[in-house]
Amino acid sequence: MGIDLPVIWAVIIGFGLMMYVVMDGFDLGIGILFPFIRDRGDRDTMVNTVAPVWDGNETWLVLGGATLMGVFPLAYSVLLSALYIPIFFMLAGLIWRGVAFEFRFKADEAHRPFWDKAFAWGSYIATFSQGVVLGAFINGFKVTGVSYDGGSFDWLSPFSLFTGVGLIVAYALLGCTWLIMKTEGELQHRLKALAPPVTLVLVATIVIVSVWTPLTHPSIATRWFSFPNIIIFSPVPVLVVVTTWVMMRVLRNETHASPFLLALLLLFLGYTGLAISLWPNIIPPAISIREAAGPPESMGFTLVGALFVIPFILAYTAMSYYVFRGKVRAGEGYH
Amino acid sequence: MFGLTALELARIQFGFTISAHIIFPATTIGLASYLAVLEGLWLWKKDTTYRDLYHFWSHIFAVNFAMGVVSGIVMAYQFGTNWSHYSAFAGTITGPLLSYEVLTAFFLEAGFLGVMLFGWNKVGPGLHFVATIMVAIGTLISATWILASNSWMQTPQGFEILNGRVVPIDWLKVIFNPSFPYRLAHMTVAAYLAVALFVGASGAWHLLKRRDTPAVRTMLSMAMWMVLIVTPVQIAIGDQHGLVDLKYQPAKIAAVEGHWENKPGESLPLILFGWPDMAAETTRYALQVPHLGSIVLTHSWTDQIRGLKDFNPEDRPNSTIVFWTFRVMVGLGFLMLLLGVWGAWARWHNRLYQSKIFLRFAVLMGPTGLIAILAGWLTTEIGRQPWVVYGVMRTKDAVSNHSALELSITLIVFIVMYVAVFGTGIRYMLALVAKGPQPQGEHPPEPEGQGGRPARPLSAVPDRIDPAIDLRGGTRR
Repeated sequence: MGIDLPVIWAVIIGFGLMMYVVMDGFDLGIGILFPFIRDRGDRDTMVNTVAPVWDGNETWLVLGGATLMGVFPLAYSVLLSALYIPIFFMLAGLIWRGVAFEFRFKADEAHRPFWDKAFAWGSYIATFSQGVVLGAFINGFKVTGVSYDGGSFDWLSPFSLFTGVGLIVAYALLGCTWLIMKTEGELQHRLKALAPPVTLVLVATIVIVSVWTPLTHPSIATRWFSFPNIIIFSPVPVLVVVTTWVMMRVLRNETHASPFLLALLLLFLGYTGLAISLWPNIIPPAISIREAAGPPESMGFTLVGALFVIPFILAYTAMSYYVFRGKVRAGEGYH
Repeated sequence: MFGLTALELARIQFGFTISAHIIFPATTIGLASYLAVLEGLWLWKKDTTYRDLYHFWSHIFAVNFAMGVVSGIVMAYQFGTNWSHYSAFAGTITGPLLSYEVLTAFFLEAGFLGVMLFGWNKVGPGLHFVATIMVAIGTLISATWILASNSWMQTPQGFEILNGRVVPIDWLKVIFNPSFPYRLAHMTVAAYLAVALFVGASGAWHLLKRRDTPAVRTMLSMAMWMVLIVTPVQIAIGDQHGLVDLKYQPAKIAAVEGHWENKPGESLPLILFGWPDMAAETTRYALQVPHLGSIVLTHSWTDQIRGLKDFNPEDRPNSTIVFWTFRVMVGLGFLMLLLGVWGAWARWHNRLYQSKIFLRFAVLMGPTGLIAILAGWLTTEIGRQPWVVYGVMRTKDAVSNHSALELSITLIVFIVMYVAVFGTGIRYMLALVAKGPQPQGEHPPEPEGQGGRPARPLSAVPDRIDPAIDLRGGTRR
């Protein structure tokens, strides 16, 4: 059968997207938590926990854009033109947040609140836009021939607005549990109080999306609820319930890394659920990874470089996290 | 907005975001090589002036690099959002080439940038020098991928069209397309020249402010040697580049020259100034030098080139614009030549560091390298019109189906945001330049709280920053 390039690339891009969501998720989450933590010293500590690693996270976003164009040009073309406005706001939010992140360290006292606000706003806008993109993606796109045939605002629906808010909650939980792992004392105490309600809201969001999606998309309902799928896929919702229960328990006790790992698990389960609903489509509701794939000449050529460099990126990322492991204390910065 | 069509707005948006982006990577390319030279000279001659200059310019390099990364994120998405039909048609070639650029950039960042910016006290001098050289080479490799991608759109080859989309059949031909070597050489040398002009202007500025230190003198001296030697080389490369364009994109050259038609047996004049009028099909107020066009473009006394009237009106690029962008580039090029010669003459008479009028001229020339780069890009890209892939796909068939209103709003937000964000960054860089190189000991002070760990580019810079815009409404200090 040889090498199945579209599948390999779908896995690489899916993996890259998940890396992005996980890693940029918690540092966007820190911006999302800014309005809840007003003390400047605490804010500095929060930002310092991600300072050494955050910019590597956007690696995956840029790499995702460029490789998607090369290997699934049809998906790149249709998705990005259909989602022009939310993607524009996502980029605007990310730029604001990125420079605010750097500049707040360099700013004098008088300008600092400005960059703090820019950081929080940028995080909210970027996250909400990503959530809207997710909702619009699940809803699917109108395609005629090889191009997007819908309107400029097809992405806008009650469902996509809901997933926009839902993603803010998800990243808030990632940020919150990350900070529980990386901080201590009073700040950690406050975050631990914040985590249970955020967890419950997130689970409620997941439940609502899980009910809403099959109700509006018969094909997704069939995917999940026909026999034997209903049994094969049943671990996903069961694990969501179990994870939530464990999370609520550990948050009551002295705890460090486990809430973050549980939050990652929760997110991973949501991601898996999404993959089950949509596979093998890369442009829902009807265009599969095979139909959207570029010619093997493009996929193979790009694969050589990707297989060479991605392990380096992973190793470097792992090394950064290893070097910066442990608690960050107030006044102890990497900036 | 202003009666512009959606296609024009999409082009303006792409032009704006990529122009804002391009100045940072161009500076990165030039500065990286300059830093490698400085470090090499320090290791060779053990003169601390070079080491102090290295630390000084590496801070500016760090801020500039960060700006390049941030502005680059947008570029990875603009092809899809604004040029979706192009992406569906030729993403099979542009996508892999851009992917390789991103992979190269990250490989470089992961491996060597951290050592270069933060490793001075942690690794041996030899290893640090290797890291700097690798960063410099990495920037050149990045440029190679980007220019291969762009050149393929100018002079496409190595592909066939199957089922309405481009299929690459020979990647070597795709990458090494006819205009690629010239474009790569022209752009790389332009980046070197732009940084030399900027470094020279910084040195001249400090001398005018009576900060006459050995480091400042070295800055100016090295830059003026560079300008003197590289400007003629650049003019020669530009000439060769023009001949390739004449062969593959004759309409571009006709538009650049404002040349409409040939009269039998008459040589080609060179129009120095004029106003090409697209509707009237003539170049008004033309001030021309007989024979010079033939000499420059055909390297003969009387040979002719095709005029714009030899092309259908719908196949002509806008001569009014490219005529002038080209003259801005070339005009600045000759001013650079003047600067280089004047610098050599001043040096000969031991006036290089004293002549006020020369130093003022050098300061004024500081931004001209970057301006020339932008003018050159506008010439080559607008000159490619009406094609997005020359002779294969028209720009009007490449654009996404967005309304003029949507594009107007996003364009305005881009402009406001870029001015605020990159304006702040550029102000910050200029403030760093204004501080001037500081004499430092064997081990320069660590950036605060660094703790022997890798970090982000901007962490390498200890100085404070002010935003370009101030939303507090209060008075500015």
